[in-house]
Parts: sequence; structure tokens; C-alpha cells
Amino acid sequence: MSVVTSPTRTVRSAGVRDSRPPRLSARRLAPYAFVLPAVLLFAAFKLYPIGWSFVLSLHKTVAGVDTFVGADNYVRLLDDPLFWTALKNTAVILVVQVPIMLALATGLAVAFNSAFLRARSVFRLGFFMPMVTGLVAYGVVFSVLLNEKYGLVNWLLSLVGIGEVPWLTDPLWAKISLGLALTWHYTGYNAVILLARLQTIPKELYDAASVDGAGAWQSFRHVTLPGLRPAILLATVLSTIGTLQIFDEPYILTRGGPDNATLTIGVYLYQNAFTYFDFGYASAIAYVLAVLIGVLGLIQFRVLGDKS
Amino acid sequence: MTTPARGAYRAPRTGLHRPGRGILLTSGLAIVLAAVLLPFYWLVIASTHSTDEIFDSTPPLLPGGDLGKNLSSLQETASFGQVVLNSLLIAVIYTVCAGAVCTLAGYAFTKYRFKGRDALFGMLMLGLVIPTQVTLVPLFKMMAELHWLNTYQAVIMPNLALPFGIFLMRQSMAALPDELLDSGRMDGCGELRLFLRVVLPPMRPALAALGIFLFLYQWNDFIWPLIVLRDDASLTIPVALASLQGVDDTDYGAILTGTAVAAIPMIIVFLALQRHFVSGLLAGAVKE
Repeated sequence: MSVVTSPTRTVRSAGVRDSRPPRLSARRLAPYAFVLPAVLLFAAFKLYPIGWSFVLSLHKTVAGVDTFVGADNYVRLLDDPLFWTALKNTAVILVVQVPIMLALATGLAVAFNSAFLRARSVFRLGFFMPMVTGLVAYGVVFSVLLNEKYGLVNWLLSLVGIGEVPWLTDPLWAKISLGLALTWHYTGYNAVILLARLQTIPKELYDAASVDGAGAWQSFRHVTLPGLRPAILLATVLSTIGTLQIFDEPYILTRGGPDNATLTIGVYLYQNAFTYFDFGYASAIAYVLAVLIGVLGLIQFRVLGDKS
Repeated sequence: MTTPARGAYRAPRTGLHRPGRGILLTSGLAIVLAAVLLPFYWLVIASTHSTDEIFDSTPPLLPGGDLGKNLSSLQETASFGQVVLNSLLIAVIYTVCAGAVCTLAGYAFTKYRFKGRDALFGMLMLGLVIPTQVTLVPLFKMMAELHWLNTYQAVIMPNLALPFGIFLMRQSMAALPDELLDSGRMDGCGELRLFLRVVLPPMRPALAALGIFLFLYQWNDFIWPLIVLRDDASLTIPVALASLQGVDDTDYGAILTGTAVAAIPMIIVFLALQRHFVSGLLAGAVKE
């Protein structure tokens, strides 16, 4: 820092050598004091549990007693059909729901940004509103709306002659319902992230594109999409992290059923930890999950990140 | 290009040229928005009906007269007054404390240079990518050993140093001109007073955004309170709702009323403060 360049300070600190120059040292210590609460809390309630969790994952809990079993929990995971089901279900959400949602969000963002749209702020707010609603609240609402016999959705469908859809009771439809709920909740939020980026794309680029004879679709492909890339990356990474951890929605909507069709890694982990109290096994699942998130995040940065 | 001058001026943003597109776009989006907002409307309606009416062969579409009955049933089965009070107190205490922790840290990370700054910041940001689930089991054991189960601090303490909050404040603080700090120091301000008197006042919009974010986060948080709160009297609204839903003879009129109580105030707060909230969150999202 530029401490030496200030002559007055040097003189003062030379003069009162023993009692340290108060302001200078206060300025040095202040940042440590300011970050101290955050760092201490983080160390106590995040770092320490992360380490402990790894130790737990190497133990087996029987009747409340932990015995060291090495990598047994991890080996057991490989042979556990339910774990693979959970992994597969989570992967399906990731591969099907996330891209659909991000495509919708991109469309919404472009619409929000369109000069032709009236009452723009009403739309921006309206589509953001689901995000304000808690996961449990919207889970409860959706579980009633999608009720097979008496739900509003099936009633509306019956008006146009569509028979009862088993939204939450059929394995395939349950997955679709879960995807619908997730899309309802997060699309507006992602659209707002994308919109912010969209507004930074210089207008001149669009002018240049139209001078070159580009139509709406071409200027979308060659100007909008490349310009959106960083925001799409951010939205993809956030959605991936969120999806892999997903717990609240399947827990409230279907409790992981029917027939484990909506069992996600998050729900399976919760069941093992807090229904069967198999903390060691749950911790192993958590570690596999953390590694998955890390690896997928890295891949996404590689593929979508700035190549130049 | 034969479009009139006004059209030509507007066109480049979207590439849509013909007039009339505006009406088409606006009304199309309005229909989609109506579908998106339908659950909110229906939630308000359902909270004024009994379970039997909600599950009638023709679902209710207009308000009924059972709001009071639903509320008293909630009070009886889930001591809902206590539950709302728990949620409110936990969310307020959390917002104030976490707000202070995140703001101080965000400020220090942006406006000071010190040894280990980047390492410490990087460590805190690890929290963004490490799944919550990794810490659930050890944290639960920790809370049990501290005899903190069923207490407010069990819910509040573990998430005070919220990485996203620190990240958000670091982004927002970057906009604060260094000259402001320098002149404050020239006037003889100590570092803490500098923070309280010089830094905080112009940061009000960012603080509002952080505040809403933290409040919503805590108000809606489910899995962690579900794990550490087991006594009926200690529950927060989401946990109480989930426990009501689990029973065989679920009173959906009551549950949906509780859901409305959980959701509607947040929507009002959000609409009142949305300007700060969306722009504040975006400040965190776009600047990289």
C-alpha cells in the first residue's frame, strides 16, 4: 500500500515508536475485524461440518454407535438400486427441465426487452412473483391444484374434453408435474438475470446486423445469443447446482413417489439421514453429490465459458 | 426498407417490423402471465373455503365464507399463532444479524487491501458450490450436542455468514467511490464510524435488496428448520404446513389458509420494495 509515500505518517510513527500510530494500525486491523464474524461463523458452521461429514462417511452407525468401515459406504452406493434411481431421476430433471426452462427464460427476456411490449414492468414483476413464494407454499398449492379427482387443473381440462390426468399418481406424469412446478417457480427469475445481460448488448450490433440484411431470427442467433452467453452460463450453473440438490419440491409434492419416480438425490439423502438415521451412508451420498456438482460446474464452464 | 421512420427506429432491438406486433406480443404474454398467476388467485380463493368445497366436483372460483373457520382450525391443530410468531421473529433476527455480518464482510473485501483477502474470500465463496446437504448431518449432531434443538439459534446461527449475501454486498460496495472514504478519514473518522456514517447511508438501496433477500430466504427455508425443529410449538410456517399435510385426514382448507398467510405478506413486501430488490439482485448477477 501507499503508506511510505505519506511523509507525515512516517514522521509520526518514528516519533511515537512505542505507542503505535493509532490510526494506521486501526486501518490495518479494521478489515480483519470486519471479516472476522463471517469467517468464524463460516468455519464453525460450514468448514467444520464439511470435514466432519467426510469422517462420518467412513463410518457405519449401528444403534447410535459409529464404527470405522473405510470406503464401505461408497462401495454400497454403487450397488444400491435406489441410489441409481435417484441419480437417474435427478439427471432427467437436469437434462430435460433445465434446458426447457432456460429456453423459456430466454424467450421471456427477449420479450421483456422488446420495444413493442406494453406495460413492461407489470410483466417483469408478474413473472418474478413465483420466486417470492416459498417452496413449501407452492408445493402445497400445486399438490392440490394437480389433484387427480378434484384438482382445478383437471377440472379446467375436462371443460375442453380432456379426461383425468394422473398428475401425481402416475410415475411419468409425476415427473412432468415436478418439472412444471420447477419451471413455474424459476423461469421468471432466470429471465430477469438474462434480461440484465440483454440490456448491455449494444444497439449498434443490431443495427449492423440489419444493415447486413439479417432477419429477426438471424440477428437473434448471431447477436443476441452470443451476447447472452455469460448470463446463460451463470443461469445454467445456478440451475445445475439447484437441481442436483433438489429436495423441497419432490418432498412436498410426491414424497419421492409414486414408485420412486420423483426420488431425487436430495430426498434419498434426507431419508437415509433422518428417517433411517444412517448418518454415515447419508454423508457418503452427500460427498458424491458434492463431487458431481463440482465436476458438472467445471464442465459447464469449459463448454459455455469464454473461449477466447 | 419501407417502414416509417418511427418503426425503423424501434425495429433494431427485436427485429420485429410490422406494426400490430406489439398488441400481439403483449396480449400473448398476458395470457401466459395469467396462467402463471392463476395459482396465486386460486390460493386466495381456496383459503376462504372448507376442504369439502375445495374438493367439490366444481372447484370454487369465487371467495367463500370459511376464512375464519380455517384460521381457528389452524390455531387448534398447529397453534398457528405461535408458529407465525416463530417465523417472524426468526426471520427478523436473522435478517438483522446476517445483514450485519454480510455487509461488514462485503465492505472489507471491496474497500480494504489486506493479507489473505483473496484466500478468505475464495474460502467463503466455496459455500456457494458446496451443497447444503453435505453439512446437514454434522450440523444436526452439533445442534443436538449444544442442546440447541427446537431453539431459534439453531435455525439462525448456521446460515448467518451466507456466501451469496457476502457476494452481493461485495458487488454493491464496488460502486462506492473511494474518495468518499478518503475524505471521511481526513475528517478524522475512525474505521467503524466511517463504516456507519459514511459507507452505510449511500448503500441503502443495496441494503434493502440484501434485507429482502435474507428475509425471504429465512421465511421460506424448509429443510434446515425441518431438521432442527421438532416440537410443535417451535415450528416455523413451512415446517408446520408440511407436518399438517402429512396426516391422513388433512384439512386442506386450513393448510391452504396457512399457505396464504405464508405467501401473501411476502408478495406485498416484494411489490412494495421490488425496485430495490430486482436491481440489487441484478447488481450481483451481471457484474463479473
